[in-house]
Amino acid sequence: MTDSKILDPKIPSGPLAEKWDRHEKDNPLVSPGKNRREKTIIIVGTGLAGGGAAATLGELGYKVLNFCIQDTPRRAHSVAAQGGINASKNYQNDGDSVYRLFYDTIKGGDYRSREANTYRLAQLSMGIIDQCVAMGVPFAREYGGTLANRSFGGVQVSRTFYARGQTGQQLLLGVYSALSRQIAAGTVKMFPRHEMLDLVIVDGRARGIIARELLTGEIKRFEADAVVLATGGYSPVFYLSTNAVNSNATAIWRAHRRGAYFANPCFTQIHPTAIPQLGDYQSKLTLMSESLRNDGRVWVPKKPGDKRPPNQIPEDERDYYLERRYPAFGNLVPRDIAARAALVECDAGKSAYLSDRAVYLDFAEAIGRLGKDVVADRYGNLFAMYEEIIGDNPYETPMTIYPAPHYTMGGLWVDYNLQSTIEGLFVAGEANFSDHGANRLGASALMQGLADGYFIVPRVISNYLAGAKLPAVDTDHDAFKAAEDDTRKYIQRLLSIKGSRTVRDIHWELGRTMWKNVGMSRNAEGLREAIADVSRLREEFWQNLKLTGDDADLNKQLEQANRLSDYLELGELMARDALMREESCGGHFREEHKTPEGEARRDDTNFTFVSAWEYAGEGKEPFLHKEELNFEFVELKTRSYK
Amino acid sequence: MSDKGMTIHLKIWRQARGSDSGGFVDYTVENVLPEMSFLEMLDILNETLVQKGEEAIEFDNDCREGICGTCGMVIGGVAHGPHAGSTTCEIRMRQFKDGDTITVEPFRAKPFTIIKDLVVDRSAFDRIQQKGGFVSVNVGSAPDGNAFPIPKDHADHAMDAAACIGCGACVAACPNASASLFVSAKISQLSWLPQGEPERSRRALAMIAQMDAEGFGDCSNHGECEAVCPKEISIQNIARMRREYLKGAIKG
Repeated sequence: MTDSKILDPKIPSGPLAEKWDRHEKDNPLVSPGKNRREKTIIIVGTGLAGGGAAATLGELGYKVLNFCIQDTPRRAHSVAAQGGINASKNYQNDGDSVYRLFYDTIKGGDYRSREANTYRLAQLSMGIIDQCVAMGVPFAREYGGTLANRSFGGVQVSRTFYARGQTGQQLLLGVYSALSRQIAAGTVKMFPRHEMLDLVIVDGRARGIIARELLTGEIKRFEADAVVLATGGYSPVFYLSTNAVNSNATAIWRAHRRGAYFANPCFTQIHPTAIPQLGDYQSKLTLMSESLRNDGRVWVPKKPGDKRPPNQIPEDERDYYLERRYPAFGNLVPRDIAARAALVECDAGKSAYLSDRAVYLDFAEAIGRLGKDVVADRYGNLFAMYEEIIGDNPYETPMTIYPAPHYTMGGLWVDYNLQSTIEGLFVAGEANFSDHGANRLGASALMQGLADGYFIVPRVISNYLAGAKLPAVDTDHDAFKAAEDDTRKYIQRLLSIKGSRTVRDIHWELGRTMWKNVGMSRNAEGLREAIADVSRLREEFWQNLKLTGDDADLNKQLEQANRLSDYLELGELMARDALMREESCGGHFREEHKTPEGEARRDDTNFTFVSAWEYAGEGKEPFLHKEELNFEFVELKTRSYK
Repeated sequence: MSDKGMTIHLKIWRQARGSDSGGFVDYTVENVLPEMSFLEMLDILNETLVQKGEEAIEFDNDCREGICGTCGMVIGGVAHGPHAGSTTCEIRMRQFKDGDTITVEPFRAKPFTIIKDLVVDRSAFDRIQQKGGFVSVNVGSAPDGNAFPIPKDHADHAMDAAACIGCGACVAACPNASASLFVSAKISQLSWLPQGEPERSRRALAMIAQMDAEGFGDCSNHGECEAVCPKEISIQNIARMRREYLKGAIKG
């Protein structure tokens, strides 16, 4: 048993606004030319964080090896973000500033993120927009030719830049184009359809990875001077989520097994506006962008059990519960609050006609105020998507929505330099934990991905490589051989089970357990039950999994089994973390800790810290370490949107 | 929601990895609900195959909401299936009726080699992009985002073209297996923006040369590409690409 440690986030000293500049001034850099060409950097993931970092490090002249599981880097899951990207440009002259974006993000995260990281994020937000425009990202514009903005939840300014309902796609294609340019220039070597299955550590430092080529099953070794993981979040631990079906935690979990601490695993974001679940055949939940809450009004029937079609329910029998409970922010309250409010209404038997687990999102008022054409221009693609799935026309019948697992604020622990507890292992984007605390505000994931990718990772990697004395290592080293052997054995172990339950069947059961007990509302009893259930399910997985096909072939069942084996460990850790955190904050709501009005009750005396879990071995209880959160510049307040 | 399922008969292309031939195999799926997606129906079929000890049908897919461009198959003779403006993953079974027989094939084109079953190699698109589908601007050297006003209609045209998801349906639908719609979308997007101006000619010439080198056919204005494009990219972009090419060729 290791002693519980207090982790040092290595935050630069000085006033908040000067920390990043001081950091840049104080740290060494690698000189251009030969010195950079001789340094190899592995980057896993090609989304906004990974692809952005790969392209930028390529521009700087480093040798970059970039990996993705998709057939091309342009398909990373950043592509699916719809609504927009925040930046404190104050183009609308509505009082925005770096400080306000920082403050909104800290408050939105319920005071569980690190001040210095969040401030840096707000500072870098402006440069992101400039860079994206310069790359040809077709952001929405006003008639005068300037950039357009809209509002998102949890804020009182318009600072969200967007490209129709496809902002993530357009930003990712910007990253992809920069990456394509570097691939052509020879600085970045791309490895599509390659999945990282282990991290290789030599003399205490991350020096490479083991990857499986997904078409042939070949297991390969890759060495580098530093490794960056930017592999996104882990919401598919709930099986049904808004994530892509291949989104997974395998890269970060394998790094965790090698010694990287996992921070705040229970901080997951349940997005309030997804299409409700319809049946058990489903493979995912489809998100309806948060931007809809700019014009849509959320309501349920006042009378429990009222199952009349919505258009037959008169105005005075409807409860616009967000406007009633949170008059200052109304339908634009942050995601965690909107999601939990829907849960409360449905638990009280008030729900949409379609399902007991659904509420209405109504555009009648907006259509009356703006006209159908304007509404169609803003949300037409989402309305069409909704109609195809549900069969109702949202111009005529209110949409039905329900919360769905979406984003994970937790991830590998990193210091201010985005370096994990393993030297030379950096973690960027959703895969790390650092900027969003216990709840992420809308349009901030894209901002963090690009801040990490374009600006922070390139700088901190340069600092690390200039400062570290790294002996040459090649892939014949024993550590590579051992990691490769472990990987081969793991895959053979999966294939040799020959049981009777499919991957999907077991994953479905895991998801049901996690959603029931580690979902929107949690309590000690349910969490203990989840720990036991997930642990039992993991045992069953290793005894009763049924796979077909073999490892020397394209075999998606095997890929998914491999990923599920990690989710079956991560799910238990999430429940343990949620059980340990005896408070309610952001997306983490413990029923034992609420105000008389039912709002979340934080415990700043005992829980103003980041939990950082150390892996202790398969099926063993992990060790808890802490990073104390020091609020030097912001006063901790009860979050109120009333 | 309906509680009664349909029976759907499928003829699905199966081809082993590394083999250059394959064939249709017949399957039947029961209890198919109209609100199920086409891929969810294939998931259910795969579950029954694995339970019987057979290999699952391989098909590429990821986001399952029509934006990543990973999925793609020819359903009933149409790339991405019977619903216009949709990807394969967005197709719902409400498009079909009880007792239907549906053929399912991979996207076929010489430059898209079949990898296994319904999975094809579309890496040619990446190589075309690498020849010039970008603005050569390093991180750090960008002016303020509002430094160059862009007329709203230009930004809208650029966005219309930029919506391409790189799925390859345009190639699969084209009798000549031309990639013109895909290539023109990128060339067109950047030609509408001041940021794309400095490399405009070079970009058009280099991307088109690579499209030819990959073995894609010529465009002869059939318009099949536009009809199947899930993002409804207009063939006007192809006309624009031709002008860009011509201007570039004249400039030398």
